[in-house]
Amino acid sequence: MGWKRKDLLGMQDLDASEITDVLDTAVSMKEIASREIKKVPTLRGKTVVNLFYESSTRTRTSFEIAGKWLSADVINFSASGSSADKGESLLDTARNIEAMSPDVVVVRHKASGAPALLARHLRCGVVNAGDGAHEHPTQALLDLMTIREKKGHLEGLNVTIVGDVTHSRVARSDIFGMRKMGITVTVAGPPTLIPAQCQELGVKVSHRLDEAIASADVIMMLRLQHERMEGGFIPSIREYSRVWGLTLARLKPCRPDVLIMHPGPVNRGVELSPEVADSPFSVILDQVGNGVAVRMAVLYLLAGSKGRA
Amino acid sequence: MSLLIRNGRVVDPAGGTDALADVWIAEGRIQKVGRGLKAPPGAEVVDATGKVVCPGFIDMHVHLREPGFEYKETIASGTRAAAAGGFTAVACMANTFPVNDNRAVTDYILARAKVEGVVRVYPIGAVTRNLEGTQLAEMAEQAEAGCVAFSDDGKCVMNAELYRRAMEYALPFGTPIISHAEDCDLAHGALMNEGLVATELGLSGQPGAAEDVMVARDIILAELTGAHLHVAHISTASAVRMVREARARGVRVTAEVTPHHLLLTDEAVRSYDPNCKMAPPLRTKRDVEACLEGLIDGTIDCVATDHAPHATSEKEGEFAEAANGVVGLETAVPLLLDRLVRPGVVDLPTLVARLSTGPARLLNLPGGSLAPGAAADVTILDLEQAWTVDPAAFCSRSRNTPFAGFSGHGRPWMTVVGGVKVTP
Repeated sequence: MGWKRKDLLGMQDLDASEITDVLDTAVSMKEIASREIKKVPTLRGKTVVNLFYESSTRTRTSFEIAGKWLSADVINFSASGSSADKGESLLDTARNIEAMSPDVVVVRHKASGAPALLARHLRCGVVNAGDGAHEHPTQALLDLMTIREKKGHLEGLNVTIVGDVTHSRVARSDIFGMRKMGITVTVAGPPTLIPAQCQELGVKVSHRLDEAIASADVIMMLRLQHERMEGGFIPSIREYSRVWGLTLARLKPCRPDVLIMHPGPVNRGVELSPEVADSPFSVILDQVGNGVAVRMAVLYLLAGSKGRA
Repeated sequence: MSLLIRNGRVVDPAGGTDALADVWIAEGRIQKVGRGLKAPPGAEVVDATGKVVCPGFIDMHVHLREPGFEYKETIASGTRAAAAGGFTAVACMANTFPVNDNRAVTDYILARAKVEGVVRVYPIGAVTRNLEGTQLAEMAEQAEAGCVAFSDDGKCVMNAELYRRAMEYALPFGTPIISHAEDCDLAHGALMNEGLVATELGLSGQPGAAEDVMVARDIILAELTGAHLHVAHISTASAVRMVREARARGVRVTAEVTPHHLLLTDEAVRSYDPNCKMAPPLRTKRDVEACLEGLIDGTIDCVATDHAPHATSEKEGEFAEAANGVVGLETAVPLLLDRLVRPGVVDLPTLVARLSTGPARLLNLPGGSLAPGAAADVTILDLEQAWTVDPAAFCSRSRNTPFAGFSGHGRPWMTVVGGVKVTP
């Protein structure tokens, strides 16, 4: 295994062979998840701290299950009801946690760059579980795993990411990771939700949904945050849904083997019609399942492989 | 007290001088500049062979933080930093606590400066009460008390009508209105410049247009009122172009640029180092080039540091949470000498003019010249001395610089204020 990193901060840092390493490791982890007794002793005696400054159910639970199936001790530290409420700085909280000698700290924070800050100050491994609008690397890895599983390969595929790219860390991690794996990425959304100079990330930008999804192998629908209206990014949820929502009718001219993905949680009837979310095209629940496998792989690579005792 | 600075290269842009000469100072004034001056009895002789003797440098944009934020900086520490950085005078912004929006605060600053100041301190008064942008500050009394300009720096006065009135009201004082040009709606929530770097980092960006629309508005208001508008910390190519065009039309508009906007781009933010967070934000290469061009052709009258000290605790955490601003007094001159003058981007007399004559003229200050009779404020440079920026060694109380570890050649060697050596 070629893994040499102390931390997993973003897909932008990884090269294609590292991404493939994680995906291959995740595939073997997935086998564990299919067993009746889902527990291996790989990380016995290791401690994983979930340091979540933003609410999260799926990601936190996914990391927790991943750690537990590998026999690590998983401690959940959420910002509410903790010292963060008493005005302790992120760095001080982190230093205190480090004093308890964890092996990996999994951090989610609303500030872009917060995991990088922790990684600079902590000796233990740091996993970015989502920072602001920056990156969410394990989401991108589980997306890549799901696509590879369904399509058999990654290179040469067309993926279209639809929605609020500006505020999406998932979009950024997907773009960085997919580009490295030889995927052609198109982002589509109203111009107000496409970040400045986005095409310089190596993606095509489209402002017409039907055009953008016509030849896609995968359509990744992003969640629309309701507060985007107050920011003046869109006039109304109603109009957004009419123009950018994916329905079965709009899927008709698409490839018959198109995959519909969503990082969750889904706003049914906003970005996805319920019929699409529940259609055979949808692999949203496969994504969730693969999330555990990917996080097992990441925890294993950071805490378990070669002598990181 | 009499001082003879002997055999230095005297660069005095006001008089068009760039030649080897001696400078004789007595009674706080320049007495004579010429070759082979005899040391008068009792005069202290400074051998400036190989050094450059300039009119004292003036930083027209600093935050001394006193009163109210003495944990960041005080008038004593800030003026020590100024002297160490080669500045003989500073103009200090009004965003203290309480705000310098009335005579009592102005008097307090000047009184503290008299007791503890190492260099000259010129207060800048607020344009609006408590910097709230709703009601004019008592500018007449403040001008009487010694404010040399008016500014809500750190905040933009969004109400154009009120700003127009401020410009008119200040006309009789002959003081510029200094504009912090940043449309706060366009800049809403932004942490850095909008562009590829912000997109990659997932940090919200403000477009250069946030500055440009305000510079445009303020130029139009200056044209309407005949006021002297000074654009603080100009940072975009468009703003430089608009100032250039307005001046050509005869509008009374001047501008300053900071060393960090001349030397860094938004690429520096990639590290999420909070010391790269300031307002206006670091811009693009194109903007930096335009600012340099403006500095050279005189569209930009002066370099000012926007010295903005903050405690370490305010600058070490999440980028989004960090305070805006960087210190600059102790790094400006060395950086400009090494990065601009040494490679020949800017010639030395031009840089000296932007650091002395420029600010002195636009604020109507004594100094900025080595002509006989002028205040004896002198900055002497050593163009060869090597340096490395070590924040721990700053005289400032704060360490928030994006230039830590930078090294180069050329730095201030001696600072003379009113005929008195204040450093070394």
